[in-house]
Amino acid sequence: MSVIELTNVSRWYGNVVAVNDITMSIGPGVTGLLGPNGAGKSTILHMIAGFLATSKGTLTVNGGPSWENPEIYRTLGLVPERDSVYAFLTGEQFVRATAKLHKLPDPDAATRRAIEITDMAAAEDRRISTYSKGMRQRIKVAAALVHDPEILLLDEPFNGMDPRQRLHMMDLLGKLGAEGRVILFSSHILEEVEKLSGTIQVMVAGRLAASGDFRAIRRLMTSRPHVFTVRSSDDRRLAAVLVGRPYTSAVEFTGRGSLQVRTSDFGAFCAQIAPLSRDNGIALRELLPTDESLESVFGYLVSNQANQGS
Amino acid sequence: MSAYFNPVIASITVRATLGRRRALLFAIPAAVLIALTLAVRATHPAGNSWAAQVLGDFGFSVLLPLLALIVGTGVLGAEIDDGSAIHLLATPVRRSSIVFTKFVVAAVLTMAFAAIPELIAGLLAPGSGKLAVALFAGALVGSVIYTAAFVMTSVLTTRAIAVGLLYVLVWEGLLSNTVGGARILSIAHYSLGVANAIYPDPDLRAGLTLSTSVILGAIVTAGALILASRRLSAFAIKGEPA
Repeated sequence: MSVIELTNVSRWYGNVVAVNDITMSIGPGVTGLLGPNGAGKSTILHMIAGFLATSKGTLTVNGGPSWENPEIYRTLGLVPERDSVYAFLTGEQFVRATAKLHKLPDPDAATRRAIEITDMAAAEDRRISTYSKGMRQRIKVAAALVHDPEILLLDEPFNGMDPRQRLHMMDLLGKLGAEGRVILFSSHILEEVEKLSGTIQVMVAGRLAASGDFRAIRRLMTSRPHVFTVRSSDDRRLAAVLVGRPYTSAVEFTGRGSLQVRTSDFGAFCAQIAPLSRDNGIALRELLPTDESLESVFGYLVSNQANQGS
Repeated sequence: MSAYFNPVIASITVRATLGRRRALLFAIPAAVLIALTLAVRATHPAGNSWAAQVLGDFGFSVLLPLLALIVGTGVLGAEIDDGSAIHLLATPVRRSSIVFTKFVVAAVLTMAFAAIPELIAGLLAPGSGKLAVALFAGALVGSVIYTAAFVMTSVLTTRAIAVGLLYVLVWEGLLSNTVGGARILSIAHYSLGVANAIYPDPDLRAGLTLSTSVILGAIVTAGALILASRRLSAFAIKGEPA
């Protein structure tokens, strides 16, 4: 059963379309909203959280609208990307104040529970202004969780965290998702989304480029055509060997002492280029992926989807 | 009233407003008013009617609106500008309750830092016990109306200070003293109207009667708070059209 439903949702600012005709439904478990910066991830999250109206389409949370409906905050928690909190409060005061604003029957117990699950007990009596970026992120999560919400939205929760904090946060989100909560977080980093697995929604330039099980999307991403620049001790020989392989779709001499190799299977090419060179007595000097930017990965997904559609 | 006043929001607002030595900053204009009164008292002979002028022109036209502007636009506007308001807004607290609480805090702080100094300065002026009380009452009324108006401004625009300054300097300072009709929308004149009713003094140059002042003041206050609540209910995070 899905809790968050978007149907043909668009949002524009003047002439700029930030979110373009998106339909998706999000249910219990961890869902990653993946996309390069400026893809419209925050806009989507803000609309779901009731802090932005849709320009077109319908958006419901638990069957009701979220815009101009503060009642949804009884079952929804939001962790905004911006770091601004009441920095003059201690972590504990901030979480407790949030518990009181929710008019919880036992704000003390709720505060303790939220601080415990986010592992902030050691720093709860320090002012938030003294916190590191990762700790601020966690105290914001604690405040967002204090009323035990069914839905938790997080905007770039891993930004600025060190690897250990990142792991801890992933763990926490995984646990919350396994409890049957709806966890939706945005990220522009593939690996973060991958580690938390679950389902993902990939956004590019305001559109939904792919959605579903992470493994299927990962396969789509790794088996896409890649272009590599290769330098070796014998480019012509290497070219001849590569042309004989099924995963090579084109080889070109650049004239600058290197080869441009286009492969249809990223995984196979990467696994075999080194042993292949060695077996043929060729020394590999350089192997550079030329289009590894996230944008090109996403771009491929979009064109792929367009091809399937037509 | 208690359904609208939220003590948690009030205590956070007071701490945010007075923290980091800002309380001292707010006390400076008040100190200037009292020092000015003492200086004039020392250099002028008794019986001269300077008290109403100093307290009216500086206290009512500069100190009161300036403090109400800083406090009124700060209690909610600062949080909206830096984004921390979202933590408050992502709770089921009624938007009218947020606006009302912020307004009460702003009004009380303005009374403390502008109306009470006005009373002290009034008592220091020679032989003007009744004038002091009148000015104090007017300043209390002014604190309420000004802060309601400036809280509203801070919800409506991110340039609340600029808009507020224009209102105080151009509308109240210039137009309402030269163009009679402008007084109808001048909070300074509502305050003077109340003060003048308690202790009539021609030097106060009040332009409105008591009933007009009170009725218009109540309408402006209520209207500002209702409009601010409506706007806050449709609070949207600023988009990054990228």
